[in-house]
Amino acid sequence: MGREVVRLEDVWVRYDGVPVLEGVDLTVEDDDFLGIIGPNGGGKTTLLKVILGLVRPARGKVWVMGKPPRMSRHEVGYVSQHSLFDPDFPASVWDVVLMGRLGRAGLFKPYSRTDKQKAEDALKTVGMLDHRERQIGRLSGGEQQRVFIARALVTEPKLMLLDEPTASVDPAMQTEFYELLENLKQRMAIVLVSHDISAVSVYVSKIACLNHQLFYHGSEEIAPEVLEATYKCPVQMIAHGTVPHRVLKEH
Amino acid sequence: MLDALQYDFMRNAVAAGVLAAVACGIIGVYVVVKRVVFISGGIAHASFGGVGLGYLVGLSPILGAALFSLASALGMGLVTRRTRLPEDTAIGIMWAIGMAMGIIFIGLAPGYVPDLFSYLFGNILTVPFSDLVLMIALDAVIVVTVVLLYKEFLALSFDEEFGAVVGVPVERLYLLLLCLIALTVVVLIRVVGIILVIALLTIPAAVARQLTHDMKKMMVLATVLGALFAFFGLWLSYEFDVASGATIILLGGAAMLASFGFSGLRRVSGREAIVPADGGQRQDRR
Repeated sequence: MGREVVRLEDVWVRYDGVPVLEGVDLTVEDDDFLGIIGPNGGGKTTLLKVILGLVRPARGKVWVMGKPPRMSRHEVGYVSQHSLFDPDFPASVWDVVLMGRLGRAGLFKPYSRTDKQKAEDALKTVGMLDHRERQIGRLSGGEQQRVFIARALVTEPKLMLLDEPTASVDPAMQTEFYELLENLKQRMAIVLVSHDISAVSVYVSKIACLNHQLFYHGSEEIAPEVLEATYKCPVQMIAHGTVPHRVLKEH
Repeated sequence: MLDALQYDFMRNAVAAGVLAAVACGIIGVYVVVKRVVFISGGIAHASFGGVGLGYLVGLSPILGAALFSLASALGMGLVTRRTRLPEDTAIGIMWAIGMAMGIIFIGLAPGYVPDLFSYLFGNILTVPFSDLVLMIALDAVIVVTVVLLYKEFLALSFDEEFGAVVGVPVERLYLLLLCLIALTVVVLIRVVGIILVIALLTIPAAVARQLTHDMKKMMVLATVLGALFAFFGLWLSYEFDVASGATIILLGGAAMLASFGFSGLRRVSGREAIVPADGGQRQDRR
């Protein structure tokens, strides 16, 4: 059992009166690798934004590192779903990774030696140091994803939030990608959300389903190498041969 | 042209062109990269209300324009951020209201309004020395602000949400950027006029973007290009006796076309440019 990094109690979020999250309770500990799956529009991104303090719940309580989420943002790394930007954007990989240090560097000052050292370390961790001079929009989806993870790593977070991280990673690279996360798992809690059940692979240690309400499964119900089973979340499951899957009991 | 430089007005015109190029080279890069071209057009046109107010109360019209463009920048920024009005609707409304106010003010102003046309379409040949001083001051404000907040503005342009997550005050920075655009508009009004400002905010930056992937280099290039357009546009307008502001912009437009053609050709002749994901990594494949 580790230390608690996130605690949500009866969290409700509404957009224009339409509930997106309904009474969500969630606890994440510092050695967790939690996978949250659920359909598009099920509130996955909203849940992450609640943890980041970007969305304020209508009801319920949120603690991150024992503090209100806005106060602990600097201890949280975030990789958003949208790597949607202009492919011609004039920024290098190095520029992008340094952005993670903005909160530490402070206004009106250039990045310090420490900032640059941390950026270099983060790029090394994700294996992209050789690409630091390249234009960010010219990288492949998987490479961009690594850079965005490096950008989230430079603050040395205790919690990493990943929104649909495999959406732009081509299947061949996914194993490599999960190995990277497996490596990061030693250093921080990870919460990964995805609509794609195969994304929540054997690497996650706990699993939950989110469709406005959160169904938490803990870590028991692992049944590897089973390709078909009843799966109550309205998620389409696409299995590719030898990929080990975890399948959940009916709930 | 060179013998024309012996005249004060011609020297002032060249100086104004260079000062305008600095403002539009730096701020134009943000306008293009952050895609705030339309809001910049709105700020420029709304400043016409200030020109009218200047005539009405006997103030310098350029000061009135500064006041109005700053107010409209903040107004448009706040309305598009904090209300549910769609951004383009809000901009379109304030754009037209600013111009309408200008027309009413000018109608109420006593007597004949002499150089109204030069505020709308610019007249670089009539820039007085006092305006050059103002332009220098505004350029200084723009350069110092961008130097101090370079990394924040880069993050703001690239990914606002992430900026907010790491604790950058994105809304205030966005409003500040709009205010810098407003100041740039003021610098440019004398050169190309309210209606044509948008061209100098976009063309040099857009051409520079074809040539580099580094934002700082893009700013320097856009400034140099803007200065070249201003100088040679001025020259051409002097030789052929046509409107200077419009000539500067048509020259810029021609350069834009040429740079598009050039990068198109480059794309056809070099294969790795067609497969951008490979970058320079796999040239050996050719």
